[in-house]
Amino acid sequence: MKTIVLGVESTAHTFGVGIVKEREIIADTRYRYEPEKGGIHPREAALYFMNIGPSAISEALRSAGISARDLTGVAVALGPGLGPCLRVGATHARAMAAYLNKPLIPVNHAVAHIEVGKLVTNVKDPLIVYLSGGNTLIAAFNEGRYRVFGETLDIALGNFMDTFVREIGLAPPYVVNGVHQLDRCAEKGKELIDLPYVVKGQDVSFSGLLTAALRAVRRGVPIENVCYSVREIAYSAIVEVSERALVHTDKKEVLVVGGVAASKYLKEKFEIMSSSRGVELAIVPPKYAVDNGVMIAWTGLLAFKSGITIEPERAYVRQRWRLDDVDIPWFGQ
Amino acid sequence: MLTSRGSGSELEVLAVGAEAVLLKGYFLGIKSVYKVRVPKPYRNPKLDLKVRRERTSAEAKHMISARRGGVNSPYILLVDPDAGVIVMEYIEGDLLRNILNSLPECRACTLLEHIGIMAGRLHNEGIVHGDLTTSNIIVCRRIGKPYLIDFGLARASEDIEDRGVDVHLFLRSLESVHFRVKDMAFRCFLNGYGKVVGEENLTKVVNKVKEIRLRGRYVEERRRRHH
Ligand SMILES: Nc1ncnc2c1ncn2[C@@H]1O[C@H](COP(=O)(O)OP(=O)(O)OP(=O)(O)O)[C@@H](O)[C@H]1O
Ligand SMILES: Nc1ncnc2c1ncn2[C@@H]1O[C@H](COP(=O)(O)OP(=O)(O)O)[C@@H](O)[C@H]1O
Ligand SMILES: [Mg+2]
Ligand SMILES: [Mg+2]
Repeated sequence: MKTIVLGVESTAHTFGVGIVKEREIIADTRYRYEPEKGGIHPREAALYFMNIGPSAISEALRSAGISARDLTGVAVALGPGLGPCLRVGATHARAMAAYLNKPLIPVNHAVAHIEVGKLVTNVKDPLIVYLSGGNTLIAAFNEGRYRVFGETLDIALGNFMDTFVREIGLAPPYVVNGVHQLDRCAEKGKELIDLPYVVKGQDVSFSGLLTAALRAVRRGVPIENVCYSVREIAYSAIVEVSERALVHTDKKEVLVVGGVAASKYLKEKFEIMSSSRGVELAIVPPKYAVDNGVMIAWTGLLAFKSGITIEPERAYVRQRWRLDDVDIPWFGQ
Repeated sequence: MLTSRGSGSELEVLAVGAEAVLLKGYFLGIKSVYKVRVPKPYRNPKLDLKVRRERTSAEAKHMISARRGGVNSPYILLVDPDAGVIVMEYIEGDLLRNILNSLPECRACTLLEHIGIMAGRLHNEGIVHGDLTTSNIIVCRRIGKPYLIDFGLARASEDIEDRGVDVHLFLRSLESVHFRVKDMAFRCFLNGYGKVVGEENLTKVVNKVKEIRLRGRYVEERRRRHH
């Protein structure tokens, strides 16, 4: 019989429900919380999730054309993420599993980004560059786990870009027609101004760049030139630490996942770097690069087949669940 | 500039690093390494030039100070920041990264303690390394001592934050490549480090490392909620 897993994602701004039947995606329902202004407010997002949660689940089952009884198991992202948001997903998934008497499968959100990326791009053993609103992480598989080789020392790339354009009055919305406001504003810039380029080992740091860039705007430097310099510096630093990690790990593929992977300027830089190193570049298409339920369902299916389940009463959320805390017994299968 | 005139020997490629090509040859009759920082075509040319120039001078400058502070590191023979070239003494040995996992425990511990002492001395000298990993330590074959290399990201700093980053980078390189021995290795490293910087500084740095490791996700929101 075919394994069918439903996955629930609710770690940040997206409540997603996905269903997979082996390697086939049979449902993908998403509801995104959009704050009126400013960044994400965890409790408001959670409230929104509570409202739409049950109907999102029925909608997914309906679009897959199956009944809840047909499920083999229910997977849920237990972390890392924002506590109030995570708890809503966990509550829904726990209730469903208990009610249906089906196994509950714990999934790490970062692992799920990686696994769905591998599924849709077909890479096998890549260096993983995970660039989203909440995460900036470079990882690679080594003896049983995805090990972390690089990360941000302060804010994540997406959060940095969003904060910058918000502070200079260009956002929200942060992304218009699939182009981030930073990229858009940078298109008109020509001159590189002097701003801090910070690389430490395989780590990056953006807080100094943010402060200096905002100061430059206030000082009256043409905004397009500041945007251009910010984009060049931030993306180059990311590509540089990826290249460092590539040399360090000796991997032959690079997989870029997360919302920022959609930037064509970032992609250009990754292309130049990968071809000069003779490695294959795979960028997860935007649809599966951002948070979604499918990635939780698919990773849940992989985990379930390796015998990983959790008792609903023990399925606590883990806000800071690190990628390298998770065993990956299914790797290479 | 890149020919080893007078020595009669050719330069051969020793390693292709992440940012530099390393060549082996003779300079003034001394067995040397030519570290050439190559342009990165994905970087804006102006930015690229600036980064390479700054790192080349930083590397030479801090390697020299490190040696003065009692840290084993290659002797610098020549620097040309505009060309992005450094010529330094060749260290015959193995990268710690390649041998750590197979060293007997007591030998590994002695070595790590020595590395901790070097990191401590560097910090006492007012320098942070910026790329402290097992790939940037050569264990000299002749005397068995560790040598610290790759100072391109080094800076003059006495901040606990910067020192914490050094120790964090080293710990992470243990976790990602040497996780079976990482607890022992880190303990021995801190042991040596503490001997040189003192109990109080050791505690400060260790606490900073813990703090650094908790950062990352929605930092801004967390800050907003907590104040
Ligand atoms: N076309 C684009 N170009 C550049 N950045 C983009 C684009 N589209 C989205 N982003 C950025 O991606 C980020 C959102 O990505 P994603 O949804 O994967 O992450 P998240 O859910 O915020 O974080 P996490 O994966 O850590 O939970 C935002 O910072 C957003 O501005
Ligand atoms: N002085 C030296 N003696 C011997 N080998 C060296 C020396 N300097 C560098 N190497 C070798 O070259 C590699 C890359 O050098 P490194 O300075 O770390 O450059 P990168 O910044 O590209 O990592 C090292 O890992 C080491 O194997
Ligand atoms: Mg995400
Ligand atoms: Mg190096």
